[in-house]
Amino acid sequence: MAVITDFALQGAQMLLVLLMAPLLTGFVRKVKARLLSRQGPPLLQPYRDLIRLLRKDVVLANNASWLFRVIPYVVFAATWVAASLIPTFRSGLLFSWTADLIAIIAVLGSARFFLALAGMDAGTSFGGIGSSREVMIASLAEPAMLMIVFVIALIAGSTQLSTMAAFMNSADVGLRVSLGLALIALIIVAVAENARIPVDNPATHLELTMVHEAMVLEYSGRHLALIELAASLKLLLYVSLIACLFAPWGISPAIAAPTLLLIGAAAYAGKIAALGFLLAVFETSIAKMRAFRVPEFLGAALMLALLATLLRFVSRSF
Amino acid sequence: MISIALLGVLALVAIAPIAIAMSGSPNATGFVYGSCLIVTLILFLIALEILFAHPAASTVVLPLGLPWLGAHFRIDPLAAFFLVVVNLGGAAASLFALGYGRHEETPQRVLPFFPVYLAAMNLVVLADDAFTFLVSWEFMSLTSWALVIAYHRVHDNIRAGYVYLLMASFGTLTLLLAFGLLAGSDGGYAFDAIRNSHPAAGTAALVLILVLIGAGSKAGLVPLHAWLPLAHPAAPSHVSALMSGVMTKVAVYGFIRIAFDLIGQPQWWWSLVVLGVGGVTAVMGVLYALMQRDLKRVLAYSTIENIGLIFASLGLALAFKAYGMNVAAALALTAALLHVFNHSLFKSLLFFGAGSVLSATGTRDMEQLGGLIHKMPQTAFVFLVGCTAIAALPPLNGFVSEWLTFQAILLSPQLPSWGLKLMVPAVGALLALSAALAAACFVRAFGITFLGRSRSPEAAAAQETDTNSLAAMYALAGACLIAGILPGFFIDALAPVVQQLAGGRMPVQLGGEWMSQWTSIVPIAESRSSYNGLLVFAFMFIAGMVTAFAIHRLASDKIRRGPAWGCGYPDASVATQYSASSFAQPIRRVFGSLVFGAREIGTMPPPGSIAPARLTVRLRDLIWDFTYAPIASAVGVIADRLNYLQFLTIRSYLSLVFGALVILLTVLATWP
Repeated sequence: MAVITDFALQGAQMLLVLLMAPLLTGFVRKVKARLLSRQGPPLLQPYRDLIRLLRKDVVLANNASWLFRVIPYVVFAATWVAASLIPTFRSGLLFSWTADLIAIIAVLGSARFFLALAGMDAGTSFGGIGSSREVMIASLAEPAMLMIVFVIALIAGSTQLSTMAAFMNSADVGLRVSLGLALIALIIVAVAENARIPVDNPATHLELTMVHEAMVLEYSGRHLALIELAASLKLLLYVSLIACLFAPWGISPAIAAPTLLLIGAAAYAGKIAALGFLLAVFETSIAKMRAFRVPEFLGAALMLALLATLLRFVSRSF
Repeated sequence: MISIALLGVLALVAIAPIAIAMSGSPNATGFVYGSCLIVTLILFLIALEILFAHPAASTVVLPLGLPWLGAHFRIDPLAAFFLVVVNLGGAAASLFALGYGRHEETPQRVLPFFPVYLAAMNLVVLADDAFTFLVSWEFMSLTSWALVIAYHRVHDNIRAGYVYLLMASFGTLTLLLAFGLLAGSDGGYAFDAIRNSHPAAGTAALVLILVLIGAGSKAGLVPLHAWLPLAHPAAPSHVSALMSGVMTKVAVYGFIRIAFDLIGQPQWWWSLVVLGVGGVTAVMGVLYALMQRDLKRVLAYSTIENIGLIFASLGLALAFKAYGMNVAAALALTAALLHVFNHSLFKSLLFFGAGSVLSATGTRDMEQLGGLIHKMPQTAFVFLVGCTAIAALPPLNGFVSEWLTFQAILLSPQLPSWGLKLMVPAVGALLALSAALAAACFVRAFGITFLGRSRSPEAAAAQETDTNSLAAMYALAGACLIAGILPGFFIDALAPVVQQLAGGRMPVQLGGEWMSQWTSIVPIAESRSSYNGLLVFAFMFIAGMVTAFAIHRLASDKIRRGPAWGCGYPDASVATQYSASSFAQPIRRVFGSLVFGAREIGTMPPPGSIAPARLTVRLRDLIWDFTYAPIASAVGVIADRLNYLQFLTIRSYLSLVFGALVILLTVLATWP
């Protein structure tokens, strides 16, 4: 019986992230539009877009290879698996020990690796520019992310997300300089990883400054739908990660009554909405930066995270 | 067991004269590589058997070499593990060469040296006294040098061979001095005698530095790496695979044997040196790799990066060992050894892939390649597996060893020393940076070579490689996947080696409850960290399959073909594609000005002129310019000055000899 409940909860988590991801994207778009005094698309527009794209034929470039057709599934699967391993409403899910936070970051790295390859497959200059800038951004964002993981892992004594969330929820944490630095760095990394303003503009086309959109320019139909969904999942993943590590209140423990699960779910929805709102406010209040300012922005995250790690190594109390 | 292993080595040596006798015969290639394949497979199985069933060391002394010493040979778990690496790589290279070697224009320049080279690497690992070790080491250097200059008509190869020979001699010299110091004044050159002699702290430190230089120059540690990217690509591709995948590991073996086994208890500050050198090597290696346009040179530089990673883990292990934290030392050492094994798999695989591309297109220049995924789909697939593995992406094997290294780093705040407290996080950041850059590097290597449109007629006319080569590559790709999804098996296999060197071991990985523990790797405790490659792979596979099935059934499965969209700008010319250099441009801009002194000079023609605009990119190899070039010019100047010594009278020569004798005797007389 317990095993069945565990499986059901793990399945619920997988479905939950899959269903919520487009909603979060739609919500951020809506808030951004309202902040700009526009009506904005309805909240459910991303779902409609996905369904429309799924029904359309795929138009492949003449020299697109088999890899180009496989990659959307790989990217989607990797992102989905990574997103379902982050504790959302309940920690200690059945498969939570499958991958710790370092491994989750690396699974996302796999998705990015293949997406960058997809950009180069058609042999257009736009795909190349997207891929080359994406790997440049990743080459700074990934080490920054790893250093952030180090900081929190050193504080919590674990890289296992459930343990980390439990520790961050306990009274032992307190206010720490290193955690503050790590939070700022994590926000910068999350903004860059999800191709949000000021690093990249998710709404742009036909501009030499675009990165993510240039990389997936040749995709259409169901392939594009999967890539869009993966991008939404990734946004949800990072928001959930910030919520799980820095606002772990309400996450239900591994053995809990159904009421606690409900509280966990409600708390999760509230946290995601709040963070989505903050993201929209942040994006509307800042301009996109030039591509070669991005390394400085991300370099700051890397330095902050490194500083936080050094502080942790030097003293336990920071 | 050890006598069978030695017989195997003898068989390898015996193949060489037969190869010479058969030179010119069309069957020579098949015979040499076929028999090398059989012998290395036997040696591989013997080594496995010893590693799993007979962890106790077995020794044999043969009446060869120095008369009062003899030749000592010994197999302990450490040697058995490296025998596994050497012979697995050797067997794969032989299988690959059964197909690849047929394209050879001058097989007689490769065939006799290849089996001897394999034998020499085996002998280094088997040797149990300083003399045998050094002779085998030098033998390994010389045979590989002969293979590097196999294509001696290419001018660059002769230079590569020259630099390699110089660096190899230098490395052997430092190792000779290290063993001299270890053996002490009474000259106990057998490893057993050295192990029991416990050198003084100062001597031990000097030995460690000498070994780091000697073995590090062979392995490719920065700044002693200069020969490696010249020599490894110059050799035929299956030899490149052996040099990069296996010989650098033999060098790592040399370092481990001396630093962890012979020298006794380490001091904490040694690890500072090893960690620092490892971290810098990792980042420098991958940055260099990103700037290259020669595919095999990219791979050679990436070897330097991986060696850096291995040495960083070894440094951590030394630090933990110095403070008696045996479990942590075992974790770091396991990470290093697992990466040794993993890197030998995927680097051989990638060099084989590069060799197949080379023989299909006749070029290693990535700017001339492209679109090969259509012409060589199978090579492209296995090469992609290798790229994913070396980029440390789950669920393949490169990630596992990287993950273990990070777990070891997370244990290091417990180290009491302040120097290490500051050094370890910095090295951790360097390793994280190098991992991310490695992913960028292999996106570039695969994307430019195999994706896009063909950049030259040769690439457009390429054909799939032969079955033997493909079999070797598929075998290695399969091994990469298995080592990635069942790492617990490999970690358990390393336990006797780690036990021997670190005095502790990681928890048993296999044999727990099925599912929750059976395939997971748990370095310390499950609540702390765990990773299950099999489940990650299975989840991704099932999720992808279910999605594909659902979409194809429920939504749409139609495909139309059309010209690439490219925002409506038709790219008629293949030159409009991103090239290897343009792909690396953002990274060159971020890191290049510091590391390479990179300069981009753009010249625009004046208005009205129809002359083309030019962009010149200048990269400097600062390490070469500031270390090697001054040494080379100093040697030249000194040689010029000393030239007059060649033209003295007989009386002057005699008085010089007399003077030297007097000085030497004075030194000897006043020696404490």
